[in-house]
Amino acid sequence: MTTSNSIGTPSHPHPGAAAALDRYRRSARWTPLEYLFWCLPILAYFAFPGNYLLLSQIAITSLFALSLDLIFGYAGIISLGHAAFFGVGAYTVGLLGSNGYGDPLLGLFLAAVAAAALGFLSSFLLLRGSDLSRLMVTLGVALMLYELANKFTSVTGGVDGMPGVEVKPILGMFDFDMFGRVGYIYSVVVLFVLFWFARRLVHSPFGQSLRGIRMNTLRMPALGVPVNRRLITVYTIGAGYAGVAGALLAQTNSFVSLDVLSFQRSADLLLILILGGAGHLYGGLLGAIVFVIANYLLSDMNPQYWQFWLGLILVLVVLFARGGILGTARQWIESSRQRAQARARTESPS
Amino acid sequence: MRREDLFRGSLALESIMTILFDGIAAGMLLFLISVGLSVTLGLMNFVNLAHGAFAMLGGYACVVLLNSYGVPFLATLPAAILVPALAGIVLERTLYRRLYAASDLDQVLFSIGLVFMSVAAAHYFFGAQQQPLHLPEFLTGQIHLPGVDVGVYRLFLIVAGLVVALLLQWSVIRTSFGARLRAAVDNQRVARGMGIDVNRVFSLTFALGSALAGLGGALGVEMLGLDPEFPVKYLVYFLIVVSVGGSGNILGSLYAAILLGVADVAGKYYVPQIGAFIIYAVMVATLIFRPHGLFGRPHK
Repeated sequence: MTTSNSIGTPSHPHPGAAAALDRYRRSARWTPLEYLFWCLPILAYFAFPGNYLLLSQIAITSLFALSLDLIFGYAGIISLGHAAFFGVGAYTVGLLGSNGYGDPLLGLFLAAVAAAALGFLSSFLLLRGSDLSRLMVTLGVALMLYELANKFTSVTGGVDGMPGVEVKPILGMFDFDMFGRVGYIYSVVVLFVLFWFARRLVHSPFGQSLRGIRMNTLRMPALGVPVNRRLITVYTIGAGYAGVAGALLAQTNSFVSLDVLSFQRSADLLLILILGGAGHLYGGLLGAIVFVIANYLLSDMNPQYWQFWLGLILVLVVLFARGGILGTARQWIESSRQRAQARARTESPS
Repeated sequence: MRREDLFRGSLALESIMTILFDGIAAGMLLFLISVGLSVTLGLMNFVNLAHGAFAMLGGYACVVLLNSYGVPFLATLPAAILVPALAGIVLERTLYRRLYAASDLDQVLFSIGLVFMSVAAAHYFFGAQQQPLHLPEFLTGQIHLPGVDVGVYRLFLIVAGLVVALLLQWSVIRTSFGARLRAAVDNQRVARGMGIDVNRVFSLTFALGSALAGLGGALGVEMLGLDPEFPVKYLVYFLIVVSVGGSGNILGSLYAAILLGVADVAGKYYVPQIGAFIIYAVMVATLIFRPHGLFGRPHK
C-alpha cells in the first residue's frame, strides 16, 4: 500500500509518508457531495414521473461511460471500439430472451460474462503497441463484430434488429411496465451497485497501480507491479461493465438493434467521457447526464445539426477544456484556493 | 463437352483477370486518398481521422462544378485539388497547429469532432443523397483485350495513381523540399537551427496531403460514391492502407492499397456473405504481428 501511494504522488514535495497515506485513505471515503449526487436519481424519480425512459437511458449511458472510464481514465487504454462489449451484452440478452430465458438478472450476469470473455481475449491484442495501434485494434474488433451481426441475419436479425425481446419480471415479482418505471429503478440500482464496486476498485492498491501504469509504464515493473496482468484484468472488468450496460438497454427497451455495435456509439461514448472528465468516475456520469439531456432537447431539430454541435463540442473541449467538466471545475477550485492562500500569505506579515 | 470445359476455364480466368484489374483500380483510388494521411501520420505524427473530409470536399467541388456549372470533368479536377488544399492550409494554420504536440488521444478526438462537423455541413449544403456524376465519353466504355475487358476509367485511375506515386516518391527523396520535410520531421529543433521554416514546411505538407485527398475524392465519385457519410464510411479503409503500408512510407501505401483493393473486390465477388470482415481481421492481425506495417521499417 505504501508503494502504490508513493507512486500516486511523485511530483509533490515530500509531504511525509504518513501524511500521504492519510490523504490517500481520506480520498477513499465518501464525501457529502457524493451523497448529494446519489440523491439526484431519487429526486429525478419524483420530479420527472413522465420521463422514466429518458432517465433510464441516462443511467445506462452512465454505466457505459463508467466502464470506459475504468479502462481509459484509470489504466490509460484508449478505445475507439468500446461499443463491441455493449453490443455483445445487448445481443446476449436478446438471444437469451428469444430462447425463453428471460430472467433479467440471469441475463445481466450472462451478458457480463460474455462481454468480459471477449474483453479478456481481445485484451491480449492491446498489450503491445502505441496508443494509435490500440485505437485501431479496438476499432477493428468492434467493426468485425458489427459486420458479423450485420451478416448473420438468422441469429441477430441483421439491420432489422431483434424486436420483442422477452423479459420476465425481476426476481419474479416486479414486471417491467410500459412507462419504464420499474426499468428506471432497476437500472439505477444496477448502476449504483456497480459504481460502488468500481469505487472500491479504484481506491484499492489495484486501482492505484493502474494509475501508476498510466503515469509511468516503465517504472511500474521496477516497483513489482505485473503491468500486463493488471491491464488484462481491468480491461476484462471494463468489458463486463459495458456488457451489463448493453444488457440493461436491451431489457428496458426489449429491443436490440444493430446500432448497439456502431462506430457512432463508441465515438459518442468517448465524447461523453471526455466531456465529463476522465479518471474521476463521476466524470462519465456527469457527461452522460449532459449528453443524453442535450440529445433529448435538441432532437426536435434535424439530427444532423445535433451532430454538428457534437463535433464542435469535441473540438472545443480538446482545445480549451482538456479535463472536461470535472477536471476544469477542479482546476478552478484549485487555482482559486491557491490565490486565496497567496493573498493570505501577503496579508499576514503586514 | 471438352470444349465447354475449356470455355468455362477461360471464363473463370477472365473473371479472375477482371477482378484483379478492378481491384488494382480500386486500390489506386484508395492510394490517392490515403497517401496524404500516410504523410501527415507518418511524417508529421498527426493522427488526422478527418482526412476523409478533405476527400469529400474535393468530391463535392468536382460534382458541383460539373453538374451546376457544366464544367468538363477533367477541368474540375484542379478545383478538386485546390479547394481542399486551401481548406487544409486554413485549418492547419488555425487549429491543427495547436495540437502537434498534443497526445494521440487529443488529436483523435479533435479530428473526430471535425468529421462530425463536416458530415453535418455536407448534409446541410448538399443533402443526404448520393451525388450523380456523368463521366465524359472518352472515359467511359471498355477496351476488349484478349482475356480481359478493360474499363477505360479504371485504366485512367491506374495511370493517375502510378503518376502520383512516382511524383511523390521522387519529391520526398530528391527535391530540396522533401529534404527539408524529412529534416523537420527527424529533428525539429535542429531543422529550425539550420534555418528551415518548419512551420511553413508543415503547412505545405498538410496542404499537399489534403490536395491529394481531394483529387482522390473527385476521381472516386464514380467508384466509391459520394454522400455526407463518406468520411466515416471509408475511414477504416484509409487507416488500413496506412497501417498495413507502414505510415510515412509512400510505396508501402501503394502496395497496401493495391492489396486492399484486390482483396476487397475479390472478397465481395467470391464470399459476399462475410463482407468486410476479412479486411478488418487482416488489419488487426497486421497491427499485432507487424506493428510497423507490412512494408514499413520500425522508426528509430
